Order: sequence, then C-alpha cells, then structure tokens
Amino acid sequence: MNNFKVLANGIFRENPTFALLLGMCPTLGVTTSAINGMGMGLATAFVLIMSNLVISLVSNIIPDKIRIPSFIVIIAAFVTVVDMSMAAYLPALHASLGLFIPLIVVNCIVLGRAEAFASKNKVLPSIFDGLGMGLGFTLSLTLLGSIREILGGGKIFNLPVFNENYGMLIFVLAPGAFLALGYLIAIVNRIRKAN
Amino acid sequence: MEYILIFIAAVFVNNIVLAQFLGICPFLGVSKKVSTALGMTGAVTFVMILATLVTFIVQKSILDPFGIGFMQTITFILIIAALVQMVEIILKKVSPALYQALGVFLPLITTNCAVLGVAIMVIQKDFNLLQSLVFAGSTAIGFGLALTIFAGIREHLELVTVPKGMQGSPIALVTAGLLAMAFMGFSGIV
Repeated sequence: MNNFKVLANGIFRENPTFALLLGMCPTLGVTTSAINGMGMGLATAFVLIMSNLVISLVSNIIPDKIRIPSFIVIIAAFVTVVDMSMAAYLPALHASLGLFIPLIVVNCIVLGRAEAFASKNKVLPSIFDGLGMGLGFTLSLTLLGSIREILGGGKIFNLPVFNENYGMLIFVLAPGAFLALGYLIAIVNRIRKAN
Repeated sequence: MEYILIFIAAVFVNNIVLAQFLGICPFLGVSKKVSTALGMTGAVTFVMILATLVTFIVQKSILDPFGIGFMQTITFILIIAALVQMVEIILKKVSPALYQALGVFLPLITTNCAVLGVAIMVIQKDFNLLQSLVFAGSTAIGFGLALTIFAGIREHLELVTVPKGMQGSPIALVTAGLLAMAFMGFSGIV
C-alpha cells in the first residue's frame, strides 16, 4: 500500500470518529467550539505521529510480552511534551481543554494505531498513518465543534453567523454533545452507504 | 456534611459520564445488558478507589517532594496499568468466583479514562486522602448509576423498531443525550 493511500485511509475510510468510534471522550468533551475541537485534534495528531514514528523504530527491540506497557510509556512521554508546551505557548487553549490533554494517553486511537499499524510497519508508512489518523480525528472534531458552536451560539471560530439570541444553548452543554454526534454519525453513515 | 456534599456532587451534579464525558468507551461498549453493566461497575469501583489511593500516595510522597510533578501522566498511567494486572492476578488466586464475575472487565479498565481522570482530578482539586477516596468511590457510583440506567433503556430499545439510519451507535448516543438532559436537572443543587 503506498503512503498516500495510508494517509487517505485514516482521513476517510477508517476515520477514527465516524468509522471506528474510537476516542469518544475527547470527541464529546472538548467540542464546545470549533477552535477547541481543532486544538484537541492537532494535539492528538502530534502525539499519534510521534509515537507511531518512535514505536515503528523500536518495535523490533522490544520483547513481545512487555510491548503494551512500553508503548504506553512512549505515548505518555509525548503527551507530557504536548501538555507542557501547550501550557507555555497556548495557555488559553490549555485551560479550556484542561483534563483532556493528559488523557490523550488513554485515547484508544493512539494505542490502537501503535499496536495495529506502527509495530508492524516501517517508519515512513507509520508516519503517514499517524498523519492520516490525526487529520481524520482533527477533521471530525472540528466539524462537530463547528456544528455545536453554530447551533449553540450562532458563531463559528468566534465569527458571528447569526444573532446569539437565537442560539440553542443546549448544544454547547453536555446533552448537546451526545445529540449532535449521534445525528452526525447517522448522516455520515447515510452518505457512506450512498457511495 | 462535607463528604455528603462531595458524594452528591460526584454522583448527580457532575456525573462522570453524562456531565464530564469520561469513561464513554465502556459506557457505550458494555451497556447492552444490565447484568454486564453491574459487573463493570463493580470492577471500576474497585480499581478506581485503589488507583486513587496509590496515585495519591505516590504524588504526595514522591512526585511533590522531589519536584517532578511533570512526570505525573507517565507515573499515573503506569501505576494504573500495573495495578490492574496485579488485581487480576490476585483475584484469580484468592477469589475465583469474584474473578469470574469481574475478570473480563479488568483488562478494559486500563484504558478507561475515568480512572486516570479521577486520579488527576483529586490532585488538581487539592483534596486530602479521605476526601480523595470518598470522591473516587462516589464517582464510581455515579458511573455505575449512569451505566445501569443506560443499559436498562437499551434493553428496552431492543424491542423497538428504530429507523434504519439511526440503528446502532446513533440511537445510543441520542439516548445518552436525553439521559444527560435528565441529569442536568440536578445542576445547582450543590
């Protein structure tokens, strides 16, 4: 499989949110606005790419039995890097994402790709797989964040679309996350079937 | 009184699943039957209290004195992973009956973000040890409550004809949304 196919696979065919239903906690938790969704997606993408890169390099050295704990340590190291650099350079985004940054470490997508792809493939395809999955995740989080921001507050990326008074606040609150994602998955499934 | 407030806040007002979005994977994954939901709740309660106890002690006696708080994520996830493995081995030896009931759920808990989430939250909220344990226990009960109610609804949902496009995860998510709406009624109590 060439690298471009691997990349497209993560973004569309095996999109982590809509096709695999992985990483639901940050998907629901941080998508109160488009910018939050995008920030979370990019942070996860960085961790995915870096951990895929390192794991594909060292997977031959690691004994099979302690594979999973070793992967977790590698992932946790990159999560710490993201956590600290975000706190230093993007304090506002860091504050609004909060607990979900350290929790990237238990995001099933990252460990899932390490186990299913990076440990079995060479470096370059693994980087592209991380990039594809990361972009797919970013895309779906940004989409969900935009929908919730428009419906809830009449804005997208903080740019007003319509008067705030007509916004349905429920979509910014907790129940709206479940409702918006539920209907979005139904729509995406419908489009998939049609193709 | 203080502990009762922590309990009510963790179970109803800031329900871990429906208000804070942690532990969604088991919430959607093992909620098809009430009996499995109860098994999962048992396993999560056990691990959550134990993990909070150990991570709290490690944070206060190793990470804080040596000023290596930035190692928190790595340390905590390793502790939780090791703890789950250990609980599994001990349970298998000591109480095969309990292992039979909880066994299948234990490996799933390592990647349950609610456990790591609670361990980090008690440090951020600056709780003392007893408050932390009460918080962990109450959070686990809140998780169990949401999971059991949701499983009950899904059992009934099996008998209903759902429109084709909404079958599977979409209807489950919409149901969870309605449940979250019901739990929003508790907001402002504490």
